Amino acid sequence: MLRVDIEACIGCGVCEEECTFAAIEVIDGVAVVNEKCTLCGSCVDSCEAEALSIETKEKVVQADLSAWSGIMIFAEYRQGKVVPVSYELLGIGRQLADQQKVRLSAVLLGADLGEAAKDLIAYGADTVYQVDDPALEYFTDEIYGNILEDLALEKKPEVVLAGATAIGRSFIPLVATALATGLTADCTQLAIRPEDGVLLQTRPAFGGNIMATIECPHTRPQMATVRPRVMKAAPHDPQRKGEIINYKPQAERLQSKVKVLRNVLEEQDQVNITEGDIIVAGGRGLDNEKGFALIKQLADVVGGAVGASRAAVDSQWIAYPHQVGQTGKTVNPKLYIACGISGAIQHVVGMQSADTIVAINKDPHAPIFDVATYGIVGDLFEVVPKLIEKIKEKRG
Amino acid sequence: MNIIVCIKQVPDAKDVRLDPKTNTMAREGVESIMNPFDRHALEEAVRLKEQHGGTVTVVSMGPPQAEAVLRDAVACGADEAVLVSDRAFAGADTWATTYTLGKAIEKVAPFDLILCGKQAIDGDTAQVGPGLAKRLNIPYVSYARKITGLVNGVLSLQRLMDDGYDEVEIPLPGLLTVVKEINEPRVPSLKGKMKAKKLSIKKFTATDIGADADSIGLPGSTTQVVKVFAPVFKGERAMLEGTVDEQVEQLLNKLEPYL
Ligand SMILES: Cc1cc2nc3c(=O)[nH]c(=O)nc-3n(C[C@H](O)[C@H](O)[C@H](O)COP(=O)(O)OP(=O)(O)OC[C@H]3O[C@@H](n4cnc5c(N)ncnc54)[C@H](O)[C@@H]3O)c2cc1C
Ligand SMILES: Nc1ncnc2c1ncn2[C@@H]1O[C@H](COP(=O)(O)O)[C@@H](O)[C@H]1O
Repeated sequence: MLRVDIEACIGCGVCEEECTFAAIEVIDGVAVVNEKCTLCGSCVDSCEAEALSIETKEKVVQADLSAWSGIMIFAEYRQGKVVPVSYELLGIGRQLADQQKVRLSAVLLGADLGEAAKDLIAYGADTVYQVDDPALEYFTDEIYGNILEDLALEKKPEVVLAGATAIGRSFIPLVATALATGLTADCTQLAIRPEDGVLLQTRPAFGGNIMATIECPHTRPQMATVRPRVMKAAPHDPQRKGEIINYKPQAERLQSKVKVLRNVLEEQDQVNITEGDIIVAGGRGLDNEKGFALIKQLADVVGGAVGASRAAVDSQWIAYPHQVGQTGKTVNPKLYIACGISGAIQHVVGMQSADTIVAINKDPHAPIFDVATYGIVGDLFEVVPKLIEKIKEKRG
Repeated sequence: MNIIVCIKQVPDAKDVRLDPKTNTMAREGVESIMNPFDRHALEEAVRLKEQHGGTVTVVSMGPPQAEAVLRDAVACGADEAVLVSDRAFAGADTWATTYTLGKAIEKVAPFDLILCGKQAIDGDTAQVGPGLAKRLNIPYVSYARKITGLVNGVLSLQRLMDDGYDEVEIPLPGLLTVVKEINEPRVPSLKGKMKAKKLSIKKFTATDIGADADSIGLPGSTTQVVKVFAPVFKGERAMLEGTVDEQVEQLLNKLEPYL
């Protein structure tokens, strides 16, 4: 509960201003809290009269937080390759480990892992715990979860990070629940507070309209999934030294109640839109499937992936995995080219963090122009073919 | 087949904006809606019931106003509705939420299947479904995009992945989280609307579900929000002027680094 000390409150209204959620109002000279309060605590810090406090019971602190040390990342391995976000995790993991003067370990799970562990060391890992087992041929939440849980309990890292990919977001909550610790999804910024080693985890909420910084103060490990393409990978150094440990899970930990029969790659989805540097996206303005083919052409020419608004997906011009937005994917490319997309908020929340946004729309009032770095008011059937032509020309 | 659907009431995205100058959320009437993914979960539950018989119970943890989304769910085909509501639940993170929902669901049990949305659009965490399955110690599959069969208590389905889909089998009782692709939700029928009006919604408080006070709400949360702020967007904002040729030429210059 947020408590207001009526004696101390001077009714200055600073807390009312400070509150993001419009949960405090000064009524008759005292602050009154309503049900919108999320207990985020920003008002408590802002109150000079020290009239506000958040009442929590004294936490039973998990036995000796300092027994947990080291940074552990989950290195995702799929279709015979380390997934790029794993290198990014090693990049941020290395920074955090150096700051804390601790070791950085990577957990690598799969079947036929080849030289992948060496690769992880070259990208910054000190230790790789690998399990190379046929039971890991397909991803299952239960087995992956069991192994990471066991390793975390045994090695006691202070921080565990995984990519916010389909796989990471699916099984990491299982591990956090099993370890009875906190988990922050989809972080875009991570830092360790030097004084107490607490991991400050910053992430977008409400579709990126607000940012929140989250701590996990009383339990370890501190767990987070990290959005792909936000952190920088450390440079690849084939000379780096590290140890590779073949970890042997107990046989019953390699059993899953859920069975994966097969994994079907969809040809048109080979380019995973959350991983591309460039996305060319089309919306209802393309009129029909033929129009949509224009987007694919432009994407080919610039070497980008194809994205779409929900309107385009609902019209069946392209499959759902290409949908960007609130009920589709959140993407973070360097360049996003939106053609014939109006820029409804549900679309914008999925792409507004792109470095550069280009919008082509014939309606000068289309809301997409509010988020566009470069806007072109015009008919896309004129603009896009010309753009394709000019790019080809330039390249000779 | 007894199915439980977990439904969250969320603010409509179009209303949620932070004013970067004052760092406050837009104050005028923020509308609340049923989390869009949960609508697909509900629809799938109702279809399974229509095919295999049984009941659909919708459960929501939230303030008293969340009753509205439960009634909406009943209008769309749910049979029973449970509102898990108590001031002591305020400030719950996903850890405290799964504890609370788990306790409430144990009271609603037995069940064969629990359906959740892939994620809620306010927090976008996608953690409640998997966490809840762990609490209840049942198997789960995330991102269900198509249910293909039910034989001898084993559900076959397709799970959407980043690079395609997996064909998987899950023995029941189990939990699924669903993506939008799984179905096209129906609109409420007149009969459903009548039922929704009349149905009395079960209300569970912390005491009713036998929740441990240290495990719910803010005290029961493992994470704490310590700061909320407006995002900063990078770069310039420019409209390109001139003829189509001129616009394209300017754009090409600007995009030089990417091409
Ligand atoms: C719960 C919920 C969830 C949603 N989730 C998503 C989501 O995840 N992703 C998403 O994208 N949407 C989502 N939507 C839908 C969203 O609100 C919009 O309806 C959708 O994004 C519109 O798609 P659009 O911009 O392609 O179409 P429209 O809004 O119809 O816009 C088409 C645009 O094309 C322009 N145009 C037309 N012809 C031309 C031409 N020849 N040249 C140039 N411009 C032209 C028009 O001026 C117009 O601005 C969601 C909606 C709801 C209610
Ligand atoms: N308070 C709640 N009450 C009922 N169901 C919830 C609640 N919070 C989350 N859920 C369910 O869990 C899913 C994922 O939510 P989240 O983990 O918050 O993104 C939602 O789509 C709902 O099905």
